[in-house]
Amino acid sequence: MILLELFLGFLQVGCFSFGGGYAAIALIREVVLSYGWLSEDMLSYIIAVSESTPGPVMVNLATYVGGSQAGVLGAVVATLAVVLPSFCIILALMAVLRRFVSNPWVKAAMIGLKACVTGMILATALEMVLANAVTNGSADMIAIALTLALTGLYYGFRPLFKRKLSPIALIAVSAVLGAAAYGIC
Amino acid sequence: MISLVEDVCVERRHWITQEEMDDLVVVAESTPGPIAINCATFVGSRLGGLLGALIATFGMVLPSFLVIFAVSRFLDRFLEIQIIANAFRGIKLAVGILILDAGRKLFLRLPKKPLPLMILFVSLAGTLAMHYFALRISSVVLLLAAAGTCLLVRTIRKGGGRP
Repeated sequence: MILLELFLGFLQVGCFSFGGGYAAIALIREVVLSYGWLSEDMLSYIIAVSESTPGPVMVNLATYVGGSQAGVLGAVVATLAVVLPSFCIILALMAVLRRFVSNPWVKAAMIGLKACVTGMILATALEMVLANAVTNGSADMIAIALTLALTGLYYGFRPLFKRKLSPIALIAVSAVLGAAAYGIC
Repeated sequence: MISLVEDVCVERRHWITQEEMDDLVVVAESTPGPIAINCATFVGSRLGGLLGALIATFGMVLPSFLVIFAVSRFLDRFLEIQIIANAFRGIKLAVGILILDAGRKLFLRLPKKPLPLMILFVSLAGTLAMHYFALRISSVVLLLAAAGTCLLVRTIRKGGGRP
């Protein structure tokens, strides 16, 4: 029952996505790959699309994955499931907002959750970067060269031009470089 | 995103006070889910109860839902065009870098104390092991264990400050 799987999968993502949109990517990737809903490559593409369109990355990913698996209904179910936990939690906490955030037990648990999410997202990022560097079992020299160039650009931009390169700008540059490099070679 | 919400809710419409907004940002950081959704639910509920919360959250999700759903209809066919497929091979690399950067930022904000660093290491190693050795532990187990460990340490240290 694909709708139930989508609902439960994204409910899990919605319940544990501490630390912002990108932190949720580790969870979403685990769920999506374990059910075999999308390939790793496709997931990367959707993350880029989500980053370049309005709205939270997590909601965008849920909509896409749901839609790709079960049409409009799938998109609605997955989006609903990913939003539901935070919706309920905020409603439940309305009256005690300030006491909640200053509670020492909550603070303690939150440090653990954030540390854990940080480890998960770093691991996920390493897996993705490594997977990108290898195509069909051999090193993809173009990908490695482009990754190094894009990393240099992303971190070198601020000291050189006194302003940050936005993620969307990096994605745009990478699209042009990818089209050029893979088109020529 | 936060500045956009603040601009609309606090400065232009006066739906909530600046103080409430500041509280909300802290709460949003300590609860799961995107901060924009948290803000919409909070503001909606404050102004119109449960119905307000539903409508505001719905309004927040709708635009991106429509855009992404439209994209999902044609992306597959779009990727059959060779130059687009090549562009996306480049984009895939940028996504890897952006996620690594997100991890780096989360790491910088983490208190550099033994317990959080240990949890970070275990979750990093555990997630990699899950991927490369097909080890069946789920992220949810890691997260619950991390929160549990911190609560346990605090119980043991009772009153001894933050873990």
